[in-house]
Amino acid sequence: MIQVFAFYLFAALMLMAGALTIFARNPVHSVLWLIVAFFNAAGLMVLVGAEFIAMLLVIVYVGAVAVLFLFVVMMLNIDFAELRAGFVSYLPFGMLIALGLLAEILLGLGVWKAGPVQLSLRAAPTPADVPNIEAIGALLYTRYIFLFEMAGIVLLVAMIGAIVLTHRARGGVKSQNIDKQNRRRPGEAVVNVNQPIGQGVEL
Amino acid sequence: MIGLQHYLVVSAILFVMGVLGIFINRKNIIIILMAIELILLSVNLNLVAFSAYLGDLVGQVFSMFVLTVAAGEAAIGLAILVIYFRSRGTIAVDDANRMKG
Repeated sequence: MIQVFAFYLFAALMLMAGALTIFARNPVHSVLWLIVAFFNAAGLMVLVGAEFIAMLLVIVYVGAVAVLFLFVVMMLNIDFAELRAGFVSYLPFGMLIALGLLAEILLGLGVWKAGPVQLSLRAAPTPADVPNIEAIGALLYTRYIFLFEMAGIVLLVAMIGAIVLTHRARGGVKSQNIDKQNRRRPGEAVVNVNQPIGQGVEL
Repeated sequence: MIGLQHYLVVSAILFVMGVLGIFINRKNIIIILMAIELILLSVNLNLVAFSAYLGDLVGQVFSMFVLTVAAGEAAIGLAILVIYFRSRGTIAVDDANRMKG
């Protein structure tokens, strides 16, 4: 009973937050509603026993991606009123497309039947009385180790790409050239000059 | 009792909401990126629901991979947005015609 209540609570809150994300006037509010949607999705995942993905959602999305969005929204000085100009004129067409797509998906779900599921053909059956995180860890570090490393490479490429894209070399800034400093020898640093009287020093 | 169908319906509605967000915020690329995040979230919800109801952990492993790609996509997308704003002074995507594509 409490499960049913929690499901409907989380689902309703998540859908409401999703709707407010796309309809909010101010993009900062959009980001905050996105965070609410992710929290409720994490709740839905906890309900079916996927604690690891739920925690990952909270840590990665709320902790990193949403903060990144907030940072960009607040850093750029954008006239958001101008960007909303075509909102009302796009709405009917968008609603039409969205309702059509929703009708198609729900129709598909309505006629879909799971059929006889071959339970013995499952790739990695959930082990009994092992915590979810332990089970996923045992799977991720053995059979799916290449997938795991590939995820790491994707993140590395994304990180380097973001740095390369946004880095800009400023002109007119004096910076230390360590290589040049290390190559410097005493012979070229100190010069003895027999200075004639009454003439300027030539440097 | 909550079955698989409930999760599929909720995630279908969330998916459609993401698509609608792309359509109605055609100029504001930040909201478009957020709508893409909503779409990926609904896909993750689908994967986790099937994984739980079939008792197969691979769905959750794959869901983690989707999450990784979504995080990378958000980082790259926002980086491109920042350099676009730096050169144009606006983020309206309907006059993004610099590459004459």
